[in-house]
Amino acid sequence: MNKRVKPGGTVKSGGAVEPGGTVKSDGAVKSGSVAKPLLMIILGIVVLFPVLFTFVNSFFVTELGEQLAGQNFVSAGHFSLMAYYKVFLATPNYLLKFWKSIGLCSVIAAGQLAVGCLAGMAFAKYRFRGKQVWFALMVLFMILPVQAALVPNYLILSRLGLLGSYWALILPAVFSPFSTFLMTLVFQGIPMELLEAARLDGAGTLRTLVSVLVPAAKPGVACLVVLVFVDNWNMVEQPMVFLDSVQQFPLSVFLASMSGYNYSLQYVCGVLCLIPVTLLFLFFNEELSEEIVVTAMK
Amino acid sequence: MTRRENRVGYLLALPAILGFLVFYGLPFVLAVWNSFTLGAGGTLFIGLENYRRIWGNTLFQLAAGNTALFMGTGIPAILVLSLLFALLLHKKFKGSRFVKLAFLFPMVVPAAATVMTLRIYLNGRTPGMALLVVLYIWKNIGFDIVLLLAGLTMIPGEYYESARLDGAGRWQSFCYITLPLLLPMLFLTFIISVLNAFKSFREAFLLAGEQPADNIYMLQHFMNSNFQNLNYPRLCVAAISCFLVIFVILAVMYGGWRLREKGGGRNE
Repeated sequence: MNKRVKPGGTVKSGGAVEPGGTVKSDGAVKSGSVAKPLLMIILGIVVLFPVLFTFVNSFFVTELGEQLAGQNFVSAGHFSLMAYYKVFLATPNYLLKFWKSIGLCSVIAAGQLAVGCLAGMAFAKYRFRGKQVWFALMVLFMILPVQAALVPNYLILSRLGLLGSYWALILPAVFSPFSTFLMTLVFQGIPMELLEAARLDGAGTLRTLVSVLVPAAKPGVACLVVLVFVDNWNMVEQPMVFLDSVQQFPLSVFLASMSGYNYSLQYVCGVLCLIPVTLLFLFFNEELSEEIVVTAMK
Repeated sequence: MTRRENRVGYLLALPAILGFLVFYGLPFVLAVWNSFTLGAGGTLFIGLENYRRIWGNTLFQLAAGNTALFMGTGIPAILVLSLLFALLLHKKFKGSRFVKLAFLFPMVVPAAATVMTLRIYLNGRTPGMALLVVLYIWKNIGFDIVLLLAGLTMIPGEYYESARLDGAGRWQSFCYITLPLLLPMLFLTFIISVLNAFKSFREAFLLAGEQPADNIYMLQHFMNSNFQNLNYPRLCVAAISCFLVIFVILAVMYGGWRLREKGGGRNE
């Protein structure tokens, strides 16, 4: 318990105000306490610029010379919702891709959640033979770059005859060691007494997991779902290597191959691609930044 | 009880372990085997011949060199910048939460969306290495800032207080208090930055397409062209080289870390 709560707790409540205040307050006041925040906020906006750029441009359409677009902040065109109309209403293709990608990522996230919770409970709360070795192996493969995991994945998928189907994207992702790693760390922070109490009440192992452990570790679980969803929403290498028809490509890859299309159409698809991750980020950023710290502390 | 615990533990971990073995562990062993053999079935054992040939390949060398350049500039830059911003954000001000979140947001922005916007903006001009480094910093700096901020809040405020009473300036307290106490967190940030650097080949690949200019030809390009002609030994050697590089970096860092701890040589 102390392991998990401590680092997060100190971040949020204690230190933040005190030490910083004592060090810099004198200097900061002199050099103008408005200048720094203002500068930082401007920087923050600069960081968000590419996203804002996409968003703003999705509302503008150029009539002649598409090449003009993109050179200025707002394309040399006029305000129009034509591209939105095309993407959302006129052609079902884009939305179909969108929902397909949502479905794909949801299946993967659900799978990882199940596998990760089960294994996390085992690694965090049970003693069994070879536990340390298995865990070390999984961590080792977790740090492996995508490029290195791609080849082994490809080898096995071709032997199983799964290349060219969505299973090729789903299965390796579901069993990615990341979820086991994260859930183990998260569950380690839940006090053992909670499990003991559940057992005394006569709850079985699975029952304990579902109605005691997972609810107690809600922020960690939310973080896992968000990270997995975002990670797979952004997947690029796997579809390009494992799938053979362009028709099958999820939104992320399709977007990258749109260079022949009209610019405003591209921008709208970019917005479409940004919607789910932006929503997830807005809702869960607290969990995300907290969990980054907790995970890193171990 | 212990036998039961052993059994239940294994049952719970079974899906993860089996899936891991089928999709990662065993195929990796297969890849290692393939890297030492010749032919489709991997029948002819030729030792390190594949490695010799591929490490001597000019395209592979180009990819490796560019990758080294990318990491050599990107990682120090991101560490310095994220430390700077963490120090600036450490003291809360109006809007500091917004700034932190703004820096963190690019983490979730799909590479394809960024690349699409950039490509339209570049409008036919070829992207260079500098752009890739900027893109890498843009995407990953928020994560590093969050880590370093957490590290900063763990330094007790009294240290600065007593340093100031002893007449230490801001620069001195940074050098003698902040930096040494932040070192473990910086170490961790470094490792995570290395891992993230491998992820940003995605942007390089999407931006430059299948046939990039020589100055941004990266490992991902090398591997992708070999996926197209299904050159297994080449792919396997490239993947294992990747693995070795990361492994060596981590081992060296860890070794250095242990050595430093043993020496206990911090002169305060």
